[in-house]
Amino acid sequence: MGEFEVHRVRFFGLVPAGVRCLAWQPRSARLALARTDGTVEIYNFAANYFQEKVIPGHDARSVEALCWAGGYRLFGAGLSGIITEYDLARLSTSCSVDGGGGPIWSMAANGSGTRLVIGCEDGSIKLFQVVPGGIQFERNLDRRKGRILCLAWHPSESHIAAGSIDILRVLDVSSGQTVQQIMVNYHVQKVQRECVVWSIVFLASSTIVTSDSFGRVQFWDWQRGTLVESHTVSTSSALSLAVSEKEDSIVVGTSTGATYQLQLLPVRVGSLEKRWVRTKPFQHHTHDVRAVAHSGTALISGGLDAQLVIRSLMEKVQKKGYEAALRKFTFPHRRLVSCARKARLLLFQFTQHLELWRLGSTDKTGKDGEVLPLRRMPEHLVQLKSKGPEHIYCSCVSPCGSWIAYSTASRFHLYRVHYEGDSVSIAKVPKVPKLLLPAYQLQFATDSSSLFVASARGSVHILQLLEPGGCKHLHTLRPPSETPEAVYLLAVSADGHWVAAVGGDWAIHIYSLKCFKHHCTVPNYSCAVTALAIHPITNNLVIAYADQQLFEFSIPEQQYTAWSRTVQNCGLHRLWLERDTHITHITFNPKNPSHILLHDVYMFCVLDKSLPLPDNSALLLNQSTLKQLPETARKRQLHAFKICKKFQPLLFVDLLDENCLVMVERPIMDIKTQLPLPVQQKKFGT
Amino acid sequence: MAALCESFTLCGLGPGAGVGLGGGLLALEPGPEPDHVLLTDRGRTATLFKVSDQKPLGCWSVKHRQIITCPVVCNFETHEYVAVHDDKVLRIWKNQDINLDKVFKATLSADVYRIHSLPNGGPVVLFKGGGVRTLDVLLEAPQQEIENIISDEVIKWSEAFIEGQQHILMFATEKDGDFFVYVQKLKTNSLHKYQLEQQELSKPTSFTAYIKNQMITLLCLYSNYSVYKVLIPLQQNTEDEQQTLPKSLLLNLSVSGSVLKATSFVVLDKDHVAVLGSLAASGEESKECLTIWNTKFQTLQTSKELPLGTSGQLWCYEEKFFFTHGKVLTVMMYKCETSSLAAAVGKLKDSQTPDVSSFVDWNTLGNEELVASPQSQPSVALKSESKMTLRSKRNTVAKVQPDTLSVGQRLIKLKDVSTTVFEEELRQLMSKAQMPDFQATIGCVITALVNRCKTNPKYYPQNLLLQIVQTRDLSYSLCPDLMAVALEKKDVHLLQICLQRFPDIPEEIIYACLQVFLSISEACLQRTDVNLESISSYIDTEFDDKEVKTEVVENGFNAELEQDICDSKSPEETRVPGDGESCPVGPQKAALLNAVLSSAYSETFILPHLKNLPAQQAVLFLRYLYYLHVKCSEKIDTTLPGKHSPAINQIVDWMCLLLDAHFTVMVMLPEARELLSKLHKFVRAQVRFYSELNKIEGSLQELQRLNHQKDCQTYSIEVLELI
Repeated sequence: MGEFEVHRVRFFGLVPAGVRCLAWQPRSARLALARTDGTVEIYNFAANYFQEKVIPGHDARSVEALCWAGGYRLFGAGLSGIITEYDLARLSTSCSVDGGGGPIWSMAANGSGTRLVIGCEDGSIKLFQVVPGGIQFERNLDRRKGRILCLAWHPSESHIAAGSIDILRVLDVSSGQTVQQIMVNYHVQKVQRECVVWSIVFLASSTIVTSDSFGRVQFWDWQRGTLVESHTVSTSSALSLAVSEKEDSIVVGTSTGATYQLQLLPVRVGSLEKRWVRTKPFQHHTHDVRAVAHSGTALISGGLDAQLVIRSLMEKVQKKGYEAALRKFTFPHRRLVSCARKARLLLFQFTQHLELWRLGSTDKTGKDGEVLPLRRMPEHLVQLKSKGPEHIYCSCVSPCGSWIAYSTASRFHLYRVHYEGDSVSIAKVPKVPKLLLPAYQLQFATDSSSLFVASARGSVHILQLLEPGGCKHLHTLRPPSETPEAVYLLAVSADGHWVAAVGGDWAIHIYSLKCFKHHCTVPNYSCAVTALAIHPITNNLVIAYADQQLFEFSIPEQQYTAWSRTVQNCGLHRLWLERDTHITHITFNPKNPSHILLHDVYMFCVLDKSLPLPDNSALLLNQSTLKQLPETARKRQLHAFKICKKFQPLLFVDLLDENCLVMVERPIMDIKTQLPLPVQQKKFGT
Repeated sequence: MAALCESFTLCGLGPGAGVGLGGGLLALEPGPEPDHVLLTDRGRTATLFKVSDQKPLGCWSVKHRQIITCPVVCNFETHEYVAVHDDKVLRIWKNQDINLDKVFKATLSADVYRIHSLPNGGPVVLFKGGGVRTLDVLLEAPQQEIENIISDEVIKWSEAFIEGQQHILMFATEKDGDFFVYVQKLKTNSLHKYQLEQQELSKPTSFTAYIKNQMITLLCLYSNYSVYKVLIPLQQNTEDEQQTLPKSLLLNLSVSGSVLKATSFVVLDKDHVAVLGSLAASGEESKECLTIWNTKFQTLQTSKELPLGTSGQLWCYEEKFFFTHGKVLTVMMYKCETSSLAAAVGKLKDSQTPDVSSFVDWNTLGNEELVASPQSQPSVALKSESKMTLRSKRNTVAKVQPDTLSVGQRLIKLKDVSTTVFEEELRQLMSKAQMPDFQATIGCVITALVNRCKTNPKYYPQNLLLQIVQTRDLSYSLCPDLMAVALEKKDVHLLQICLQRFPDIPEEIIYACLQVFLSISEACLQRTDVNLESISSYIDTEFDDKEVKTEVVENGFNAELEQDICDSKSPEETRVPGDGESCPVGPQKAALLNAVLSSAYSETFILPHLKNLPAQQAVLFLRYLYYLHVKCSEKIDTTLPGKHSPAINQIVDWMCLLLDAHFTVMVMLPEARELLSKLHKFVRAQVRFYSELNKIEGSLQELQRLNHQKDCQTYSIEVLELI
């Protein structure tokens, strides 16, 4: 098929932030995750664990606790002392209430989701009511000295358990009084260090489970104030606890990166007497596991090594197949890199700054696998720091490289970049139009004449770019029916006639740019869209869904193409469907109209529509086999998917010109070296 | 545990060679060099592959309308390829030949069944009529008459071996549901015909065989999906009659209710076979899979599904399986370790020590002796062994089991027969190796032999005893008198073998062996036959008193360079012992002492015995240990080359033991003093050398780290080809 000159880029210094807390919503099968930089992410387990929503962080808004309450409303609280509600349609904060007790360390919602309780630095425990449009302070509970590090409601909502340093308390909700106080170190003689109760769980059987800095998981009978059982799971801290809905399984996260499962099992077969037994240890993390969650069928853990791990429990899974496989997520499911094809520039998006790089070049050619000598090294041109505490939502560089745009929660910035020889100057475009912010995705037109801004309520703004450095608002495209969801992906056709937009409701709207009108909607497919792009010649829209399906929709004809129907009839290869990361970018080769270039984290694929689709018996990854075969024998073995797994993990791939690719890799080892050292552990034999 | 490793595709196959019966390849044979295979398809083509490179090196095909009927083999002596097309036309060519039309051609007078090529021996041609010729003989007169031996039987399978200097060709034939096995020894031109024991309702479908210790083991896969084992002794005295070979069930190919419908199988080692077949559970679609079975424990060790189907053929060379999978020829590597209970619980001993037999049924063993021992009552030397008394007590109350009685009774009957008949009978007994308590039976046979030796001082069947000890997994406790008799007869060869093979020799006997080995004169030893395997690679067996030089250069590592390093570190100390130091004992004695060094012992128990060693012998032994120690330290990995050679820690342990036992003697003896001072100097030099090595370790690690960092550049432009 051909040779590519691959620019293998590893200088994107992205370090994902560690996972601070998790909140599992069983009814909608969604997981809310907060990172140490304040970012909140929503994972949809029903859509193949797709990270469907991201609310970027804020320097002054750390998140120490997340709760689902009042249906599908998400609340967060942190060391700023403020309780925040997140607007999941507009991907921003909707209302904030000051807790009034200093930094908030913990928060818990009751079973019915009508009340929130927070634990503060000053030792106060405050009760809030969840009301439409926000929360309302209800009352203070009994206050004692010492920060409240963890809180749990009894399932009957009559009592609250609170963990502090060296002590755990049980409070009566109706009277607000402390009804039991347990010194967790009472049983240990002469302990010098303080014992921090890191996490607490209140079981329906009036048993309280705590995990503490001594690495113990302890079961207390709160009415008598006695220790029932104690399991030492780790030599360092046991940081987090979560219990299953049936209360027969507990997952514990420790600071050594190990997680353990404890199960309530009969003492012997058929016996009614049950005991908690430590059953399974897992070591998926290298650093502290600060957050765990327990879904019906899986243990979920998040660590300071930025990994989210979903480990299915085999005994809970109906079919031991691909669905039960271990899932590990390190990288975001969206693009943080944009590329100026013509100018050969890359723009990297970090939480609070952007970096613009120029790619190097070579004048040699070579054979497969060869590393070519560089004529010019890559060059770091500009670092653009965002002012203020807000983190960046999205960014983009124009194909010609002379425009850069980015947006934070409240501000939109457009810059004009001038290149004179080796010097680069950058000028801010002064009066940008006031738009409905934040912007969720930015996309320049191929000829760099206009900018498309994905915005809230399904709308897309079009800005016209003016020389030498100005812009004006041209039009706003809106979907035919009102939707609260924001647009999170955009695709613009090369001829500038069409734009496609996907919102949080997964509906794909196509607008005509000639008359600024809604053109059509792609037939509804109930799965999240992970990437889409419009073919430069045929104007076919290629869509990748979270369940790994691929569709091709002809915009002029307003229907799926024949090839797309063939794909649906034959079905995709089993190994293709079982990949565990999502397609995050699609691009095309204008010289080879039948080629579609796509990538996920672990592979890059050229999909050649002119070749037959592989059936399940064929080898999907056949490149190495093909290379062995003589030219004549290859014909029979060829199929549409040409997959390359040499470059991993991939954050971005784009085609610069006919046979020149850029691949942005971020080796896990490079991230690991940026992380603080994990808790030292003795390894056997060293 | 055996495990299947990763697989890769060697090549794609043409349309004719696909999945299903009748498809597949004609054969896959080993190529002229390691890692090469020769593939012959069912058409006109043969291809030579380098397996690890997955690359074809050469391809030859015959003319259109001709067809290769006999797989291409490589003549390992001349590096030529030999093939037969159209049944009778023999072709021989070399690597550089391209066109098969122009290479050597000979038309034979009869149809060829197969050509077998062995690593050190020319190819052997087996004709469809059962005639056998070596290629050399055949080429002298290609049109020579070939006899028809098997009349209307049809050859189903054939295989060739080398045992000793002897070429052996073996083939199986079928006629009207009866199966026959022929064993042809080429040198003596003797042919034996055997009939396979009949089995109701099932027939053998596939064969494989291996040879070990003058015994051919034939494994047959029957159509009832079981593997049977047939033993065929090579030394056969009864020439005339056609024998029926008894068979014993080795393996039942069933996995939790579902049967593995095997199509072919290969032997991996003495405990493992690999079977290719389709696994059909009731009510489900059958799945083809490749499996590895442990025959010792009758368990399925590992399996791999082959969803694309196979042609039912399986080959195995150099720890790799070859089979067709879908439209390609797949190579799959495997690991096969000796399985034992010890390995399962992580207590596997050093691999140099011989395997311990898996189990001995103590009850049956006891019963055996009840029958066997009353006859040898007058000379029950075993009474002196405390271990044995317990057993004989139990014997008096134990009941005689009918099954084992037969062996016991046969032994009783044999008491008075002549020596030759006696030995022949014992051989017969052993070849029926299928009894579940086989170990116990062998124990009885040995006991019978030893008892006979004791009653008749002139009788000593050395060869028979050697053969039994070498071929069977025996232990000391199974035949405690054997070593006592050997010690009495000063049969050093048998003692050596026993020391190498028995895992449980008491310290007292080890000491007795050591004493015998040290005291026996060199002149006497030179006449005896001793296994010199353990010393052959570091002592010149010719043994002149010149300096012994080993020239092992590892991966371009120069021996001189190494010495230079030593020199620069401590010039005098390391050189002094190396110069002019020769082995203080003869090669035979050295080999015998090595056997002692390698056997297992406990310090506490051997020390009191060792104190009895005469001073001169102790010094000689210490001198030899010192010599070994210096030899070991010559090389960077501090190991002696060769099989069964002692490890450095064994040598040092024995040195310490000897010094502990003879401390005062060593201090007093003038000739020992010099030796001790040399020893001290050498050890001190070594300690210094290692401490220097320790110092540079940090720097080397840092260098390695730097080297590693260089790999991960942040930017490069590479070429990627997608097909």
